[in-house]
Amino acid sequence: MTARAAPLVGADEGPRGVPVAVVTPEGVPLVFHAASLPERFVAILIDLGVLFGTIFLCALLVVVAGGLGDETSGVALSLVVFLLRFGYFTASELRRRGSTFGKRRVGLRVVDAAGGPLTAEAVVVRNLLRELELFLPLTLALGVAAGNFGSSATVAWLAVAWAFGFGLVPLFNARRMRIGDLFAGTLVVVVPRATLLADVSHADAKAANGGEAALAAPALAFSDAQLDVYGEFELQVLEDVLRKGRTGLQGTKPFVVVAERIAKKVGWAAPVRGADALPFLQAYYASLRARLEHRRLLGRRKADQHDREARPPR
Amino acid sequence: MSAPRLKSVEFRREREGSWRDLERLVERAERRGLATLSAAELGRLPGLYRLATSSLSVARSISLDRNVVAYLDALCVRAYGCLYASRRGFLAALLDLVRVRIPSVVRARAGVVLAAYACILLGTLVGWVTTDAEPERFYAYVPSSLGDDRGPHASTDALRDVLYHREGSGTRLAAFAVHLFTHNTTVGVLAFAVGVLAGFPTALLLFYNGLVLGAFASLYASRGLGVDLWAWLLPHGVPELTAIALCGAAGFTLAEGLLFPGTRPRLESLARRGREAGVLVLGAALLLLLAGFVEGVLRQVIVDPTARVALALTLALGVAFWLTRGRAGAPP
Repeated sequence: MTARAAPLVGADEGPRGVPVAVVTPEGVPLVFHAASLPERFVAILIDLGVLFGTIFLCALLVVVAGGLGDETSGVALSLVVFLLRFGYFTASELRRRGSTFGKRRVGLRVVDAAGGPLTAEAVVVRNLLRELELFLPLTLALGVAAGNFGSSATVAWLAVAWAFGFGLVPLFNARRMRIGDLFAGTLVVVVPRATLLADVSHADAKAANGGEAALAAPALAFSDAQLDVYGEFELQVLEDVLRKGRTGLQGTKPFVVVAERIAKKVGWAAPVRGADALPFLQAYYASLRARLEHRRLLGRRKADQHDREARPPR
Repeated sequence: MSAPRLKSVEFRREREGSWRDLERLVERAERRGLATLSAAELGRLPGLYRLATSSLSVARSISLDRNVVAYLDALCVRAYGCLYASRRGFLAALLDLVRVRIPSVVRARAGVVLAAYACILLGTLVGWVTTDAEPERFYAYVPSSLGDDRGPHASTDALRDVLYHREGSGTRLAAFAVHLFTHNTTVGVLAFAVGVLAGFPTALLLFYNGLVLGAFASLYASRGLGVDLWAWLLPHGVPELTAIALCGAAGFTLAEGLLFPGTRPRLESLARRGREAGVLVLGAALLLLLAGFVEGVLRQVIVDPTARVALALTLALGVAFWLTRGRAGAPP
């Protein structure tokens, strides 16, 4: 079994959503990560908090100010509720580049699933359909709880359960699209925050030489056979080990374990112990990367150690 | 021995400056908005973005440094967000919507718009005829919140007073107008949203609102106030009913995308129809604003039934002209 269909970004573990490639007008597939359910849930909780908080504050203001008369204050309050209910999500997603307050706090935004600009009508559609998914069952549930349905309360509760079903659509698709997203052609994605780190293949050499790198001149020489043991997947795992190790939190223990394992597998004669482990790993990383990148340029990828695609291209 | 430098390292050294440059601009645009960038910086942004996307393509094919690829991916996604989020100002977008998009979508979806009107009219007819036959049905059709002091039990004079506001205080009027406006918007949005359920609830909602209208028409006609009612109702009723019909049409459009995707994949069909529906809803929102203005201001100033009918006719012609003869544009 070959692993040709490797993901665009190296195999990425961790609590991220499903990668979704959106092809930009420039023809470059950008990889977004669909927001996960907990992220969406927290965002909507924050937004609902803002909504109800504002309504509560307004109500409080009306009570404290008094003097307005029941009718006027009632009208003012119902107007506030009305504006927030239909306007809050739509206006903030239109004005603040696809994110409401809650989405921004969590680090999410709405994008066009087809890669184009986010249009006003798409935002309107996805947010007015919230009416069906959220406000309708909520109103219904409050009505039933308040006893508006009297003897037929059981039936009414069944109706509530049925209505809440619409909100469960994101549970059943990998991209976590709710009904509003489906009909608006939008996606909620994570706003990525990746920082550019130093290249592990030469970072230390660079540091030692005060910037101008005498890089990728590995102190240890490995034979081709020793390098062909591993593939791209293992290379990137090794990259992770080196990056995490650099923070110094874990001591040298992981390096020693990994280095001994690699040495054994590739048949490295000299012992790798203690302080030798890190230089050994760096040298092996640099050599392996050089070899794999070179092979890749020639069209011969080796996805992982089980990949026997060492043949020349047909 | 000195091994040759890695191509990916060379590549990174060459391009890194432009990435950092773009990152700084994007950072600022995200924090304080695109408007805070100077003209020169704005001019550099697209070029830097294209450079970054091309770097991403190259990095994906030659670099095995996962961090670089992830970083470029994230950078491009963020820059893309800045560049493609909102291209036009609010006013320009609104103008385009009013002049081109709404009329062209209404024309493209003329069938469902007429179907929505038909549902309302059918409801009105049924409501009228059945309430004529049995006046007590009024209570079955009209929710108490709408028909509070209007109903078969009310005296003819009281009914007339509602139409001409002989004793209504200003606050009460405002309260009533706000109530009606929010009620109508809620009905419209609901008619749109339940279109997701294959369109049947939308048809029912439209029909039901017709019933209410028919019940009122029957009640007033039975007291000899038919003309007065229509003169009172039509000025705001024209934009309002059109708005409800557009919302219903939007609901039907959603249903069509769901049920009849044609040759497209269903997801694509949903998105396409959904956006058309969105344009229809935006048109409805504008009409509801117009209705609110007529209801809150014009109707209070104009009391003469003839003048009211003339106003209604003018509005009907204006709305019809806007929706059918607006500037041609390619349908979405």
